[in-house]
Amino acid sequence: MSVAVRLEGITKRFPGVLANDRVDLVVEAGEIHAICGENGAGKSTLMKILYGMQAPDEGSVEVLEQERTFSSPREAIDVGIGMVHQHFMLADNLTVIENVILGAEPSRGSLIDFATARSRLRELGDAYGLDLDLDDTVGTLEVGERQRIEIIKILYRGARILILDEPTAVLVPQEVEELFRNLRELKAEGHTIIFIDHKLDEVLAIADTITVLRQGRSVARVKPEDVTAQDLAELMVGSELPTPETREATVTDRTAVEVRGISMVDEAGVTRLRDVGFSVQCGEIVGVAGVEGNGQGELVEAILGIAPVTEGSIHLHGDDVTGWSVRQRREAGLGYIPEDRHRRGLLLPAPVWENSILGHQTRSRFLSSRIWIDEEASKDHASHVIERFDVRTPGVHTPVHALSGGNQQKLVVGREMATECNPLIAAHPTRGIDVGSQAAVWEGLRRARAEGLGLLLISADLEELIGLSDTLLVMLRGEIVARLDPARVTPRELGAYMTGAAA
Amino acid sequence: MTWTGVRRVVGPPVAAVGLALLVAALVLVVSGADPVVAFGNIWEYGSRLETVIESFNRATPLYLSGIAFAIAMRMNLFQIGVEGQYILAAFFAAYVGAGVGSLFPPLHIAIILLTAMIVGAAWAGLAGWMKVTRNVHEVISTIMLNAIAVAGVVSFLLGRWKIESESLDTRLGDIATSGWFPSLNPIVELATREIKRVELTGFILVAALVGVAYHLIINRSRLGYDLRATGANPWAAEASGVPPKRTIVLAMLLSGAVAGLVGMADLLGDQHFYSLRFPQGLGFAGIAVALLGRNHAVGAAVAAVAFGWLERASGVLEVRGDAPREIVTIMVGVIILFAVIAYALAQRRRRIEAAAAASAQVESTDVAGAEEADT
Repeated sequence: MSVAVRLEGITKRFPGVLANDRVDLVVEAGEIHAICGENGAGKSTLMKILYGMQAPDEGSVEVLEQERTFSSPREAIDVGIGMVHQHFMLADNLTVIENVILGAEPSRGSLIDFATARSRLRELGDAYGLDLDLDDTVGTLEVGERQRIEIIKILYRGARILILDEPTAVLVPQEVEELFRNLRELKAEGHTIIFIDHKLDEVLAIADTITVLRQGRSVARVKPEDVTAQDLAELMVGSELPTPETREATVTDRTAVEVRGISMVDEAGVTRLRDVGFSVQCGEIVGVAGVEGNGQGELVEAILGIAPVTEGSIHLHGDDVTGWSVRQRREAGLGYIPEDRHRRGLLLPAPVWENSILGHQTRSRFLSSRIWIDEEASKDHASHVIERFDVRTPGVHTPVHALSGGNQQKLVVGREMATECNPLIAAHPTRGIDVGSQAAVWEGLRRARAEGLGLLLISADLEELIGLSDTLLVMLRGEIVARLDPARVTPRELGAYMTGAAA
Repeated sequence: MTWTGVRRVVGPPVAAVGLALLVAALVLVVSGADPVVAFGNIWEYGSRLETVIESFNRATPLYLSGIAFAIAMRMNLFQIGVEGQYILAAFFAAYVGAGVGSLFPPLHIAIILLTAMIVGAAWAGLAGWMKVTRNVHEVISTIMLNAIAVAGVVSFLLGRWKIESESLDTRLGDIATSGWFPSLNPIVELATREIKRVELTGFILVAALVGVAYHLIINRSRLGYDLRATGANPWAAEASGVPPKRTIVLAMLLSGAVAGLVGMADLLGDQHFYSLRFPQGLGFAGIAVALLGRNHAVGAAVAAVAFGWLERASGVLEVRGDAPREIVTIMVGVIILFAVIAYALAQRRRRIEAAAAASAQVESTDVAGAEEADT
């Protein structure tokens, strides 16, 4: 069998991060090749390099046995590579056919030749069982259908090698089956498919070959028939088990936050959370493990009060806050370290000192009266955060967009920790920061816990979860599927629960 | 402020005005006039005390209009409904002000101003309400509301409420003298000479007060913090506890209340009645003021005075037959265009410099850390 894609020794550095470290990838023609690994393992970077979106610092890219250096996706498309991104790039107000031909319109004179486009798309649809009504407006379609449009889009542009970035992340189980049927048809027609995934049961069901990445390195290339989901999970997270520190329990009988049987159905009618219930005591750290996109984000938004719950109730320090506004909840002490600091955590054009009180701007310590912000007190607070959490910034007046990502993250974490929040919801608090600062954040969290903080910790870093948590919850498809004792669980078991491989 | 700081703030608008003068000179040459003579005439006429006073009279409503626009702009609302809001507000204020007859002056003026602010706020609030309940973009709703206010409500009610008068103008009744805003001429004359024909509107003090309040509320208050946070990043603001919908409506109400004051300098200080000849276009002119003044209280004041002066002083061009006064319209357009470009360039440079400073900081502390570790 010939080789469709051969990446050798790919290295890609970003400031402070080694995203890919001498990665090798060999994809044979006509196979379905899965690339799996944790968040931040370097999967997306690798695919962006193959697709010409980024240039590797070192290493070679060979497509169909010819060495290539792509300087743009255009050049990758020209040799038959197509990519479906996780976030679809479709115009909602155009029809299916208009979306597909957008940017590659067949023309007759100065007019778009819709007849030719239509017949070509029919052929494509029939050949691969990609069923679509070409005249539907994209805005009205389901996610699965939109994904099919993206696939047809790249086939229409002549792709023979298809890259799919976490295609199943946005799909419900039935849609996943449909997608896999389509992929098998494409394979039968001789297409090569590379897909990124971290749901292990899916990977084992569809892939012919699996490459596992861990911390920017390719650590294994295996066949699905030779491995179990447990083996894969272990390869993904690394076999070395962090020794959970023996610490005396500081759990108290005061409940910081309690969630009682909440469910959430989004606007499209999809159930995002189903009957989720747990409590976090003061002095306790409850960890939430789960593959990203299994309801953790919705859980956080529900507790914060941004997204309404359809059923159930949320309690802070014993008060039912289900009907409270975000501000009321924040004033009741709720702290929040967002998963996406740029989106939810920072005002990028605003100076450091203004950001250092964001979310706490109604606290009396930052106000000089009911109406006015106390600038001096806020700046003192900012200096305190900068010093204690080692935020590297020229000063409190520097706009936050000038700070590096790690320093922005330290600012967000420091802000929530220095304002004595309780409870605190922390989503990936150490994502993107260096090892030293990571340890400082952990130490800070432990100290706060000893002082009575109730912490809900959502993380993709299993070491962090097992090392810090008093209780571990596992979320899968919007439900809590397991409650585990972090002192006894192994990453291997945890991985199995996370991917649904263990019942 | 350091010299660099001053240069950064003043540089772009000064460059914009300079380039606009150049373009205007070119246009003058092309249209057959001598730019030196024309500019000389403008300067000579413009530096007369009477012209300066007229410029400030013109700048007063321009400034209020600019601030009204800036309030909404600070939270990324593109409120272009000031036009309709101030005309509607002036109309109702004139009606109420004339209707109450003669009162204790401060009370009379307060009633008129309050009416204007409430009407302006209500009209702008309508656009805010449509945005939060029906997701109607404020640009669309305010444009529509402008048309409804001017061509709809005012035209219709003016037809019903007009009074008989010997002039051809369709107009409402006069506001009694107790509702007139005092002129500042006596005060200015203390320092200068006797002023002929024109009166410096006392409303300029109200405008200054609004400017100070705007600066303090936006930059120093909790409400202003919430507003600016929403403008900078609505998602982060929401997570921080800012109620997004309430803040949108509130910003529109505040903006509309200030918009309601735009017509008051003319109504209380000059005309004392509403008619079809009531000044129009001040709402749109305010957008340019806010733009050139970078939504800043002082910046907008400078811009308002500059535009007011250009407009008044340029009248001389037609009188002397040098060139059509539309040359000033061209200049204003060019100033705005160049200002936008200059600000964008300056901002890009600042961003790059700030990023460089931040990374230099990181490196120097890293080096310091490494040295400490060595010893």
